[in-house]
Amino acid sequence: MLSESDRRIIEASKIRGWVLEPQAKHIMAGQGFDIPNFVLTDSIEIAGKFLRNAPGPVVAKAVSEKILHKTEFAAVVTGISDEKSLEREMIRLKALEGCEQVLVEEMVKGLEIIIGAKNDFQFGPVVVLGLGGTSVEIYKDTAIRMAPVKSADVVSMVDSLKAKRLFRGYRRAPGVNMAVLGHLVAKFSSLIMDLEENFQSIDLNPVICTQDRCVIADARIMLVKGS
Amino acid sequence: MAVIGVSTTHNSHPANVIYTKNHLRYPVKTYAVNPKGGLLNREPLYRQVEDIEGDVDMAVIAVRAQFVPGVVEQCIKKGVKGAVIISGGFSESGNHELQKKVTDIAEEADFPFVGPNCLGIYAPDVVDTFFLPGERIVRPKKGNIGFVSQSGGVLVDQMVKFAGQGIGISLGVSIGNKAVLREIDMIDWFENDLETRVIAFYVEGFARREGREFIRRAERCTKPIVVLKAGKSPKGMAAVSSHTASLAGDYRVFSEVMKQFCVAEAYNEYELTTFCEALSCYSKGIRGNVGIVSLSGGHGVLAADACSAHGINLPQITAQTIGKIRENLSMEIRQIASLTNPMDLTGSCVDGDIEISVRHLARDENIDCILTLLLPYSPGISADIGAKLSQVARNEGKPLIAYVPHEDKYKIIIEGFELNNIPVASSVEGAVLMAKALKRCRPC
Repeated sequence: MLSESDRRIIEASKIRGWVLEPQAKHIMAGQGFDIPNFVLTDSIEIAGKFLRNAPGPVVAKAVSEKILHKTEFAAVVTGISDEKSLEREMIRLKALEGCEQVLVEEMVKGLEIIIGAKNDFQFGPVVVLGLGGTSVEIYKDTAIRMAPVKSADVVSMVDSLKAKRLFRGYRRAPGVNMAVLGHLVAKFSSLIMDLEENFQSIDLNPVICTQDRCVIADARIMLVKGS
Repeated sequence: MAVIGVSTTHNSHPANVIYTKNHLRYPVKTYAVNPKGGLLNREPLYRQVEDIEGDVDMAVIAVRAQFVPGVVEQCIKKGVKGAVIISGGFSESGNHELQKKVTDIAEEADFPFVGPNCLGIYAPDVVDTFFLPGERIVRPKKGNIGFVSQSGGVLVDQMVKFAGQGIGISLGVSIGNKAVLREIDMIDWFENDLETRVIAFYVEGFARREGREFIRRAERCTKPIVVLKAGKSPKGMAAVSSHTASLAGDYRVFSEVMKQFCVAEAYNEYELTTFCEALSCYSKGIRGNVGIVSLSGGHGVLAADACSAHGINLPQITAQTIGKIRENLSMEIRQIASLTNPMDLTGSCVDGDIEISVRHLARDENIDCILTLLLPYSPGISADIGAKLSQVARNEGKPLIAYVPHEDKYKIIIEGFELNNIPVASSVEGAVLMAKALKRCRPC
């Protein structure tokens, strides 16, 4: 179920047509989904402190109402491990159009997948699962199911993918924790039923999956226009 | 049945065609209606439906669009139980208001109708509202496929294909603009129709959220459902702002959701025909583990290729099964038959060898469906092979699918299967598609 604050975020975002990443992640976190530790700031000191305390490299992303597709604006920088680079990137990101704050978050390594939702004209909310990253539209290796789904359905979704062996663990790369993934997709599919009147499509991309966790590294919620 | 809009001057008017063929060739009592009254071919022309003395079960309305609302009102007043509205000139040509008016009148009175802008219904030996001269169309025999089509043309064409494969239909419905009766209503209707064993649809598109309702009813339905979707290619998809929206195009969603809920989606008319034939014999799904018995190595390989292309698995046959088959084969082939999957019994085998093979394959737990590729040219194959193998399949309780070349001289073999409810394909790939149909319908 959506909380009051989630509903307020959605209402307030309708003019823009989409929900900003930090707010979209707030909604996902409210569902109990795993999101990376982060700090949202315009201060280089605060960002630096976050990096010092982080267990590994961090990612910095521009948060801007003007930037929907961040990679097209080079608004995502991954693998930052020293304060100098962080400072340099913060300055560059803040100069991008509409960027007031930078999202600095811990970087998680694992298999990048996409979990998405589309509000289909004929069938209503459907959930999409596939290999993620920026090249999803090239490989188009996805499974689609009418929401809601049960976590057992997620197993059959993964089995229908060409990339199923990557999910199960391939060569020396560990596989994905199917129980965690199943729970996440099933719960996400109920969330989109709750959002049926409001959303057009949702990308959780990438969701980074390891043997223990499925972490939502980026989230984009496109809303129904003009309502 | 009343046919409203019969012309006094044009004998080839759709209403006249419908009136004449039902009046002369079907067991329904048919009345012709035209406001002018008088006689038509020495039969009375009724001025309006209310003038008909007896009860009217169904009206066929073929008047000009603007007169349809009035005619529907008269039918309701007369107590007609339902209608087929043939007339065009409604939503399909932008006339949404007029269609809504007719729909509102009918729904208010709980008066069901098919159409407008359709061919209506064809029930073999009962009634035929198609405005196509009887001698011009190919009619399938009475059977157990219920077929619903948004396009009248596709329905007529599909009837030709069904007839060509010897498939019979229980009822064919062209639902046209589907103003009142829609696909979802037809699922419920066919579910309760004892004659129908398979429900097939040609769908162009559903209304908003109607796909979800279709699925809800399909899930409740106890009969297999086959769907052929038109409009698979994306029509210049507008720039979409998210990955998911671009990945989940309308047709992909349709196709994946059908698969999710075990509605068998046929990719083309050929698959539709084949799926219907297979599912009218077997309504229970399979996992897709097929054993193949062939009389020729080449046919076995062709079938194996087709299986691979259609996602059908050819599991290994257990050593125990192989042993049992080998020890019972006739001496001539015992040493030369290849007992892998696909099995090649060679052109020297006799009826008994095929029976033994099918029987033991059916008992193999790795196999849930058997394809037999019969080449009737082989000297050891008798005319009774169809009936004999049907008996084996029936005793063993596993689905058997046969390939026999569809030539007149092999008809006795084909009938040996078909009269025993074993589907026969006219090509190797067709036999594999039949197995695919069963796999598509596996119980989730």
